[in-house]
Amino acid sequence: MEELFRISYPVAAADYTNAGKASTDIKRRLKQLGVGGDVLRRVAVASYEVELNLVIHSMGGELTLSVYPEAAQLVSADVGPGIPDLDMAMREGYSTANDEARSLGFGAGMGLPNMKRNADEFTITSEPGVGTTISMLFRLQQ
Amino acid sequence: MKVSDLAELIGAKKLTEGVSEDREILCGYVCDLLSWVMAHGEEGMAWVTVQTHLNVVAVAALAEMACVILPEGITMEQEVLDKANAEEMCVLSSPLTAYEICGRLAAQGIPAHG
Repeated sequence: MEELFRISYPVAAADYTNAGKASTDIKRRLKQLGVGGDVLRRVAVASYEVELNLVIHSMGGELTLSVYPEAAQLVSADVGPGIPDLDMAMREGYSTANDEARSLGFGAGMGLPNMKRNADEFTITSEPGVGTTISMLFRLQQ
Repeated sequence: MKVSDLAELIGAKKLTEGVSEDREILCGYVCDLLSWVMAHGEEGMAWVTVQTHLNVVAVAALAEMACVILPEGITMEQEVLDKANAEEMCVLSSPLTAYEICGRLAAQGIPAHG
């Protein structure tokens, strides 16, 4: 597939003030490219979830949007700490969020399941001590 | 029902400035867990919450909600309202409790899902 557009956003750990800025920009750019409706909303929700996961759980990472003629792809890659038990992490209601995240209303354990639900394709790989990579694909033409 | 009608129904004050109140309310919701709201938020939703930080605006805007309603006279800091203005997300503050707000919405036939 020919890549039409790509942009990466660094996301800092525990930066709740700027959390959501990357997702807001991703949504704006896709809108400019003519993406709308249900797909745009699903990308927006999934990108916010993954951005928040970087803020809450990671030691910092990067969120990348790639746009192809028939799909948009979001890739989140962080530098740790990695997820020891992916099956547990994918379970709705399970969360390892700290008190700061919970005090802001995060940490309901809905993030990863919600990403999976909103993306057309979802893959996650993680290695403790190394990092986590999440890739989500959204088909633009149904 | 438009946001302006809703504001009147619950005696709410509009905290945002220059944001259109013409958006149609398609459904209503009450929840303070933002991650839960991300999973269940819908387009055109009127969302009642006591949370007032920046991420509330991001969640509402990304889910394309119609408005955010703060119960019991709660307000937001100007920094958060500035973001809501920029995102064109209407924020209302009502003297009623979340329970009363939802009761009035339900009585007007606003459903849980759009």
